[in-house]
Amino acid sequence: MSAPVALPRWADVVVLPLVNLAMALLVAGAVVAMIGQDPGQVLSLMIRGAFGSARGFSYTLYYTTTFIFTGLAVAVAAHGGLFNIGAEGQATLGGLGAGLVALWLAETLPAAVVLPLMLVASAAFGAAWALVPAYLQAYRGSHIVITTIMFNFIAYTLLVYLLVNVLKAPGSMSVESAPFAEAAFLPTLHEALARIGIEWPSSPLNLSFILALIATAAVYLYLWRTRAGYRLRTVGSSAGVAEYAGIRPAHQMMIAMAISGALAGMVGMNEIAGVNRRLLLDFVAGAGFTGIAVAMMGRNHPAGILVASLLFGALFQGGAEVGFEMPSFSRDMVVTLQGFVILFSGAMAYVLAPALSRLIHGIPGIGKRGTA
Amino acid sequence: MDEILAGTLIASTLRLATPLILCALAGVLAERSGVIDLGLEGKMLFAAFAAAAVGVTTGSTLLAMLAACGIAVLLSWLHGFATVSHRGDQVVSGMAINIIASGLTVVLGVAWFAQGGQTPAVGGDVRLTPLWPGAAAAFPGAPWFGAIVGEGLLAHNAMVYVALALVGVVWFLLYRTRLGLRLRAVGENPQMVDAAGVSVLGLRYLALTMNGVLCGLAGAYLVLAQSAAFGPNMTAGRGYMALAAMIFGHWRPVPALWACLLFGFLDTVAVRLQGVRLPHVGEVPVQAIQALPYLLTVVLLAAFIGRNVSPQALGRPYVKER
Repeated sequence: MSAPVALPRWADVVVLPLVNLAMALLVAGAVVAMIGQDPGQVLSLMIRGAFGSARGFSYTLYYTTTFIFTGLAVAVAAHGGLFNIGAEGQATLGGLGAGLVALWLAETLPAAVVLPLMLVASAAFGAAWALVPAYLQAYRGSHIVITTIMFNFIAYTLLVYLLVNVLKAPGSMSVESAPFAEAAFLPTLHEALARIGIEWPSSPLNLSFILALIATAAVYLYLWRTRAGYRLRTVGSSAGVAEYAGIRPAHQMMIAMAISGALAGMVGMNEIAGVNRRLLLDFVAGAGFTGIAVAMMGRNHPAGILVASLLFGALFQGGAEVGFEMPSFSRDMVVTLQGFVILFSGAMAYVLAPALSRLIHGIPGIGKRGTA
Repeated sequence: MDEILAGTLIASTLRLATPLILCALAGVLAERSGVIDLGLEGKMLFAAFAAAAVGVTTGSTLLAMLAACGIAVLLSWLHGFATVSHRGDQVVSGMAINIIASGLTVVLGVAWFAQGGQTPAVGGDVRLTPLWPGAAAAFPGAPWFGAIVGEGLLAHNAMVYVALALVGVVWFLLYRTRLGLRLRAVGENPQMVDAAGVSVLGLRYLALTMNGVLCGLAGAYLVLAQSAAFGPNMTAGRGYMALAAMIFGHWRPVPALWACLLFGFLDTVAVRLQGVRLPHVGEVPVQAIQALPYLLTVVLLAAFIGRNVSPQALGRPYVKER
């Protein structure tokens, strides 16, 4: 086949992702129209719900926090050349780690000790859960996509088993652990602000948002500003080249998945330590898969992931608000849109590229300068 | 007592394995042609929704099954458009189909039926009924024979037997026909197929079409034979389990059948052992049995080292060299 005309870099980095996102939104809008609702009205309700009030915006940022963690998790693995579908399971284990530390130590130790330990445990549990598929891929050649899918199910059944048989609060009807002692509460934003005398509407937004921002910066610095990150990216772009340069691909795969799993595990800090403050089922609620959409939209770059997480946070919060206003609107529309984003920005990312390229090269002056 | 237990175990295993068998065969067809199909789950889910929606509104079993197969084939073609025609990532496309299906079925269900994503139950005359309703009681003189053959093997609806027959059909197609040879070749060495003047794209689309029909049947079975109504995410990971069964069966139809029966049996046992105390063992953690198919698959994958089990060109988009 003839090589497609290359897109200028600015178009590849900015215009094409926007065009693909627009396609996903367009199709989602068509679905909304098809079920007899006004896409414009839905959109305006969504924007108002997500950004229109301090409370709504706090909820948006709470969702954003989880998506930053899972989005970064998928992205770091992708830079190591691996597709991590297991963020869901790794986040489940992360929550389990945080929860076990809280149930074990929070009665006796102060928050200043318990909370850091919970963070370490959530990251370590998530990393450990990712390292098994990583090892099997790196040293036994088992396809990591399949093993991480299987590990999602195993993680879920493990959590069910522990909650039903071991951790369930005595006498409780629901499948969840006893509430944590106060030392294991990661302060929410309104609690933290109340301490310094500022009133803020109550929401699940908690200090793990700041943790997510730190993680974003750390991932950027690691991947693009350190030798270790360079090694990881080299393996991701070409394992063969890496091998010639003396970098061992198997090592880097293990490192990529350990970091990826640790990032996914930190979802536990947001959902378990920050919001639910007890161990329960389904606290990840598909965020691992949203992470795939986030990473694809953000093109695996921390800055892009930040923007994409905010977009999906707004969609989830806005979608919930629309659900209150319009009973025939299902929040699952947001899940659908997430699927469209993965389809258009991921699987069909370059379907529209030739047309876009022709369009851009047709504009006098621009095409030549871009490809020169 | 024992013979009744044996009969119900066999019957339940077959019933639970049927959607797995259909989906695993779908996976075999797609992946032997070189296209990774993670979208089994989503296609089955959307097909189940289509079967329920059409079954409820038209009251016709045939239309419900046609709708189920139709929607699953459309999703398969979407997968083909993204990955075969435009060489997109096959894993990503499959995930996209799964997520779209899990969201869109609920959205449409809420909009059309206003029951929180559920559909109303399809009518009794739309549902699939056992082919030989008297089979279980047909052998009064022989209790063991009656329980195992009558109750265990003959008390099922047509789809169960169709699924079992399709294992043979797919095997024959793949290993005893010219088309099957080409399908397998396109998954191993597409350049060669292309050089022989056979269309790589055409073969892969054909495999995906058959894959869609099979996923559609699996989805229709869930509604028409198992649950009567559609519920959000009612496939509950069965598509992934079928994928595991396909890998377990080394991408071959007959071994995949055994894997599906094993997984169906484990599922049956897990349901029956809920809260039961066994002598010497104590209470068996049901979750351990439920996780067993996934664990076994991981162990099996780890043991694959150095052996070429999966199709050689699996996951690689075909680029025609000029």
